Amino acid sequence: MDIGKSIGLEYGAATRDAFGEALEKLGHENQNIVVVDGDVSDSTRTQAFRETFPERFFNVGIAESNLVGVASGLAASGKQALASSFAVFLLCNAYDQIRMSIAYPHLDVKLVGSHSGISLGEDGASQMAIEDLALAASLPNFTVLVPADEQAAAWATRAMFEHEGPVYLRTGRPDAPKVYSSDTRFEIGKAVRVRDGDDVTIIACGLMVAAALEAAQHLSNKGIEARVLDMHAVKPLDQIAVIKAANETGAIVTAEEHTITGGLGAAVAQVVVKEHPVPVGFVAIMDTYAESGDPNDLFKKYGLSPEHIIHEVESVIDKKA
Amino acid sequence: MPQTTDLNRHSIGELQRISHKLSQQIIEITTKAGSGHPSSSLSMIDILTGLYFSGVMNYDPKRPDWPERDRFILSKGHGAPGLYVTLAEAGYFDPALLSTLRETDSPIEGHPNMRVLPGVEASTGSLGQGLSIGLGHALAARVDGRHYRVYVLIGDGESDEGQIWEATMAAAKYQVDNLTLILDYNKFQQTGPVEEVMPALTPPGDKWRAFGWYTHEIDGHDMNKVVSSLEMMKSVVNQPQIIIANTKKGKGLSPFEANDTNRLHGKALSEDQAKTAIAELDAMYAKLEGA
Ligand SMILES: Cc1ncc(C[n+]2csc(CCOP(=O)(O)OP(=O)(O)O)c2C)c(N)n1
Repeated sequence: MDIGKSIGLEYGAATRDAFGEALEKLGHENQNIVVVDGDVSDSTRTQAFRETFPERFFNVGIAESNLVGVASGLAASGKQALASSFAVFLLCNAYDQIRMSIAYPHLDVKLVGSHSGISLGEDGASQMAIEDLALAASLPNFTVLVPADEQAAAWATRAMFEHEGPVYLRTGRPDAPKVYSSDTRFEIGKAVRVRDGDDVTIIACGLMVAAALEAAQHLSNKGIEARVLDMHAVKPLDQIAVIKAANETGAIVTAEEHTITGGLGAAVAQVVVKEHPVPVGFVAIMDTYAESGDPNDLFKKYGLSPEHIIHEVESVIDKKA
Repeated sequence: MPQTTDLNRHSIGELQRISHKLSQQIIEITTKAGSGHPSSSLSMIDILTGLYFSGVMNYDPKRPDWPERDRFILSKGHGAPGLYVTLAEAGYFDPALLSTLRETDSPIEGHPNMRVLPGVEASTGSLGQGLSIGLGHALAARVDGRHYRVYVLIGDGESDEGQIWEATMAAAKYQVDNLTLILDYNKFQQTGPVEEVMPALTPPGDKWRAFGWYTHEIDGHDMNKVVSSLEMMKSVVNQPQIIIANTKKGKGLSPFEANDTNRLHGKALSEDQAKTAIAELDAMYAKLEGA
């Protein structure tokens, strides 16, 4: 991908790679972790854990409902269970099992969905999770994490095991532009301010944080200073940071690799409308399925490029009181 | 009533030549795209050739929505390249489109999308769903008093999905004899051999027999067997049928066979590997012609 390249962002590993590496590391420290796979460990990167800890790794085959149920049983018997597949199959195929066997009984299961969003590219819409954040966030008791780069993914992998309760962690396929340096540490539910600015706030998650930084840099050349928040936890949402953004910058644009319905933008808008109404713009996939293609082309075609963010920012600034 | 079956009625020798051509196209278009599932497509290409070009299936590429057409549903949607080369050969669209596999704005998508490409009967790519859809089509024929048949192709790894067995039970309950399931029994799934990932699925015939299906096992690369078994299924009454087709993922070509952990699942060949594979294909089919 070329997001962030125009402002000189370096590229690191994909978030799925960083997750896989961190999981294997944690496996040494925490003997209580068990991993369940649905025949995709090479894609999700739980393969490293599988190779190092074969006795704590179970491949139940291409059977996502069963995958989730088994993870639930392992958790109910005291294990810290992680179940992983492509985000779309995990969330969409096994939604009732996630609801009944994990969310409702509030069990300590970690769900990791890879290949999220349209940045997965050439495989096309059937493999692209663009509804997963809405689905996961609509489940009571769930925490939803969307790391922006390799550092954030490594941190989130550790943080979700330190957090007690169900977590959905979303990872992506392509190498990700680096947003953070190596000593990154943050807190679930606390947005990270990755850029300062007083004219507008861009609230983003995942790959769109780098896109927001790129947009902010170009806006700065036009005399608009944008604050950029990495909302790495879509749930619980950092309401204080949102209210502050509304209050201090007077306009907000959200950016996510997800449909416009029920994801980050919807969550932010809910807070803004209730607590401090200001103009809000949305950069997201507009209620449509995408297609196969090069991720950069798809980002342009489906409205996720930095240019789209710039356009949205200019339009909310026009509406500022 | 116009029937195009005769146009597509080819001899075994001609079918082998078609399969050769389609196999080559599968390798070419996935290598050009730089991604896709050539090995998964190659294992089923003799079956698709038999289905579409022996006269078994009744269809009209000029009228993809013709209500009396026989339906083919590719449940293992990642075999899309194999489906596309077959549909192009059958006349559903211009074969020139094939080289746009996986490109933005092309209807030749990474996985089949029934809304953008004529001849695609179901949008697939999430495994385990095609048999239920096929059963729906088969029951619709009963409700409407039509005589078409429905063919569904699934993978052996795909049979891990519980939904396959839900549909298997329901099809037996309703005794749909216009439904033929074909199992592409290539013995590999994504992370390894089916025998290791899900041993209880083997041998598959016993499972479907236990659910009340008519079962028949063949060599899925023997064109004579492919065609005769498909014909035979038409005479089964009051029972859904399954053809268990023993196949090879990568169809005996060395770049795939060299990787015996998963036969390069989901990976396109490099240009060099593709050259090797196509030369081997040529030799394989030259031998068939000689025989
Ligand atoms: C519901 C679902 N889970 C996982 C996948 C990822 N996936 C794509 S192909 C594949 C393996 C399929 O194996 P099999 O059915 O044996 O097909 P073949 O070996 O012929 O490719 C997997 C796990 C998917 N497409 N759908």
